[in-house]
Amino acid sequence: MLGLNKKDTSLLIIVALLTLLAPFILNPFPEGSAMAQFNAGYPDLMQRFVIFGIFAIGFNILFGLTGYLSFGHAAFLGVGSYSAVWMFKLLSYNVIPAIALSVVVAGLFSLLIGFVSLRRSGIYFSILTLAFAQMSFALAYSVLSNPKFNLTNGETGLQVYADDPQILQGANAPDLPHLFGLPMRATYTMDLGAWSFDFNAGYYLCAVILMVVFYLAIRIFRSPFGMMLRAVKSNQQRMNYTGLNSKPYTLAAFVISGMYAGLAGGLMAAMDPLAGAERMQWTASGEVVLMTILGGTGTLIGPVLGAGFIKYFENIFSKINDNVLHSWFAFLPDGLEDAVVFLIHPFIGKGWHLTLGILFMLVVIYLPGGLVEGGQRLLNWFKRKKTKSDDAPSGKTEPAE
Amino acid sequence: MDAILLQILNGLDKGSAYALIALGLTLIFGTLGVVNFAHGALFMIGAFCAVTLQKLLNLSFETLDETQKDFLGNPLKVETPYVEAWFGPEVGATIIDWSVPLAILFAIPIMLLVGYVMERGLIKHFYKRPHADQILVTFGLAIVLQEIVKYFFGANPIQTPPPDALSGSVDLGVMVGFDPNAIIYPIWRLVYFGFAVGIIGAVFSFLQFTTFGMVVRAGMADRETVGLLGINIDRRFTIMFGIAAAVAGLAGVMYGPLNPPNYHMGMDFLVLSFVVVVVGGMGSLPGAVLAGFLLGILESFASTTWATTTIPGINQIIIYLVAIVVLLTRPRGLMGRKGVMEE
Amino acid sequence: MAILRVKDVSKRFGGLKALSDVTLSVEENSVHAIIGPNGAGKSTLLNCLVGKLMPDTGSVLFDNNSVLGLEPFQINQMGISRVFQTPEIFGELTVMENMLIPIFAMRDGAFRMHAYETIANEKAVVEQAEAMLEEMNMADKREMHAASLSRGDKRRLEIGMCLSQNPRLLLLDEPTAGMARADTNNTIDLLKQIKEERDITIAIIEHDMHVVFSLAERITVLAQGTPLVEDIPENIRGNPKVREAYLGEAA
Repeated sequence: MLGLNKKDTSLLIIVALLTLLAPFILNPFPEGSAMAQFNAGYPDLMQRFVIFGIFAIGFNILFGLTGYLSFGHAAFLGVGSYSAVWMFKLLSYNVIPAIALSVVVAGLFSLLIGFVSLRRSGIYFSILTLAFAQMSFALAYSVLSNPKFNLTNGETGLQVYADDPQILQGANAPDLPHLFGLPMRATYTMDLGAWSFDFNAGYYLCAVILMVVFYLAIRIFRSPFGMMLRAVKSNQQRMNYTGLNSKPYTLAAFVISGMYAGLAGGLMAAMDPLAGAERMQWTASGEVVLMTILGGTGTLIGPVLGAGFIKYFENIFSKINDNVLHSWFAFLPDGLEDAVVFLIHPFIGKGWHLTLGILFMLVVIYLPGGLVEGGQRLLNWFKRKKTKSDDAPSGKTEPAE
Repeated sequence: MDAILLQILNGLDKGSAYALIALGLTLIFGTLGVVNFAHGALFMIGAFCAVTLQKLLNLSFETLDETQKDFLGNPLKVETPYVEAWFGPEVGATIIDWSVPLAILFAIPIMLLVGYVMERGLIKHFYKRPHADQILVTFGLAIVLQEIVKYFFGANPIQTPPPDALSGSVDLGVMVGFDPNAIIYPIWRLVYFGFAVGIIGAVFSFLQFTTFGMVVRAGMADRETVGLLGINIDRRFTIMFGIAAAVAGLAGVMYGPLNPPNYHMGMDFLVLSFVVVVVGGMGSLPGAVLAGFLLGILESFASTTWATTTIPGINQIIIYLVAIVVLLTRPRGLMGRKGVMEE
Repeated sequence: MAILRVKDVSKRFGGLKALSDVTLSVEENSVHAIIGPNGAGKSTLLNCLVGKLMPDTGSVLFDNNSVLGLEPFQINQMGISRVFQTPEIFGELTVMENMLIPIFAMRDGAFRMHAYETIANEKAVVEQAEAMLEEMNMADKREMHAASLSRGDKRRLEIGMCLSQNPRLLLLDEPTAGMARADTNNTIDLLKQIKEERDITIAIIEHDMHVVFSLAERITVLAQGTPLVEDIPENIRGNPKVREAYLGEAA
């Protein structure tokens, strides 16, 4: 189907089902029940899942395939957001031109930064991208927000004001980001018994875009171009002596991943018409690295899983507090209960980042292939238990799953 | 002339911090070949050593002073720090006042231990892994360390004042013949600069004049050959990692009075220190120190009103701009060796 | 006709003169060996031919076109393929992918953004790669990761990758260095077979006399950065100058 082999087609279908049915899947617990706090099926969070999924898929095209570790991709995300908001300010609240411009501008910006950064490789490349991103952050935060030339509106963040031109904004169009009149905030809530499910227009726009860009990523992975990118990671010397110029390949991967980041930034602005400099900070770049590694570098589904995983637990973990813990461990004797809660306390709520850091280290140390490798190992283990044969193939993981 | 001198002086404190962190980074990179993204966290831990000592010294017990009454007519509660009780009020107060310099003694063993544990427990397993993995795992460690500190000390900056005798400013201009008030300079900045110079001097002479240092320098130049000579280079490198950690930590201890420590100060300095290392030349110790001071001073010049009105925000991007230009025109940095880190 | 002409090439590293006025030419469709004791400048010469090093003076003409100042990939596109001392292959990729890459490179040039095509649909390229694997007796290993191959198989794969591009000149840099006798003999047989079946020029840099005398039609002896003699193998064997150069090394 669609020029994919059977395995990739089923992967695409799985992702499609997961995203389309997310409002159900993420809200398994009835409204008002004790477990309802683990529901993640509300529009804002679902949008973040998908948007960061797109960001990570793109980042993986660069890092996963070519091995070039960029520490500055948040800059492209930020640029995408700014471009989108400018489109809202100048043209109209329709999200299509906004998203289109964010992809184009991020592409051009990444072409410029990539061209310079890719003159060096290895750790130098990482530091160059880091320096560029921090510079972009500083530019957005202060340099480009002076009264004479205000491109970013500095600390306040760029937003749409009543006196903005919005030359194409029709009289009846919603005064919020919309898709040809359908507001992104429009949500239809379906009540089924004790359950309630939210279907949000903005989420579905993001979901459709995710499926398209995921499909494109599969095509890239399976293309001769994708193979060349893996060759860059594997052995640049052999590549050069095989008549291939590795520079344009790497630059193309850099620009593609920059455009994915710009798209993610544009979608962020489309969901909430605001763009701030903090989106460009290097910790934000670190986050996408984390998602990719955690999910599984160089795999197709990994980055999506990683993004979902991190955003889900960020949300849930930060909501758990001591009271919740006490209610969980109420079955324990009082002293023990307090001790357990005391021990867990640093890792929840505001301590989410601590958990994240530890998790990240554990993954890099013990599971370099991320969640995907973990899943495969589990699968192999089960298979081996079932067949109980010694000659079951194992070990090498597939390069791309 | 005096304005220029003032800006140079203003750049010295930040430059010192950059130089000290970059020195440690370079030591670790040069000896172990590891890119340590957790080095900023070591700087931060150092600063919090001072905070901890200050808190410890201020531990007090309560007594009721019958001679004084609070507004309800009860005896007034008086808090007396233990140190004042043990050493007498005068000596005790002096100890508390000097808590930041005293923290140096407190921090050295702690930082050596932290460095040792970090190298033996984690970094050791990453020598043979790709640089990307080293960056990632130390990045994770940096997050963990800063979150732990945040857990214990909170998110807000904590004041660590310098000793009374070393707070305030001096009129440096008068001493060298300028008009009075032309160059007013905080004393602690001078102390910090002097301290940094001392540490840098100590590290260099240690490497230059001891057998240990000689082996380490030889190892930096060619690890395999030194290994072949039957010298246990790994153990020496572990100690080197501890020393690098201590250098970063001490830089942090003394930095507190200049800028109240917070949990993310390490990350803030780390990015810039990496830029400093790259500008100075990966693997070059003199390069790291030189670039640290140069960039600190450059930043100070870019922060002048004249510069910021000409190009708003130039002070925040100048270092990155310089780094990018240097990397592209002189890929090895100011004093870098050939072939370091180029695959 | 000479396919490769090296004229007056010199190269200095600091105070060390690695090559001085090297002149030699490799005839089309011949097997030409360049031998010499360690430090004679063999590798430096090779690196000057493939664009890795830029000679200080002199010229290098391939098929009457200068290769100086070109990048390795440009020189490869002209028809020179290089086999390395330790096999340089794409370890993380499968054997099949290793074979596909050079064929794509030959067909599409140094860069092409074929990001939307699928490899499986490139029937002609896939068939070519399969045929080459067949020829190298590696068809059964096509899905293996190249890094997991044995040393001998890695060498075969690398030679196969180079041949798949139908190069006019195949450069081999001590192709049997570090190999066991059996693997060495296999490699010699493979190269002989290649020579018989194709119109190809082979230039080989070698230390192992067994390999050299089994293959070479012409031999250039390099010593201290200059060609000492150039002749057919029979004459090289008895040449006192050559013996001196090698004995000098042994002493």
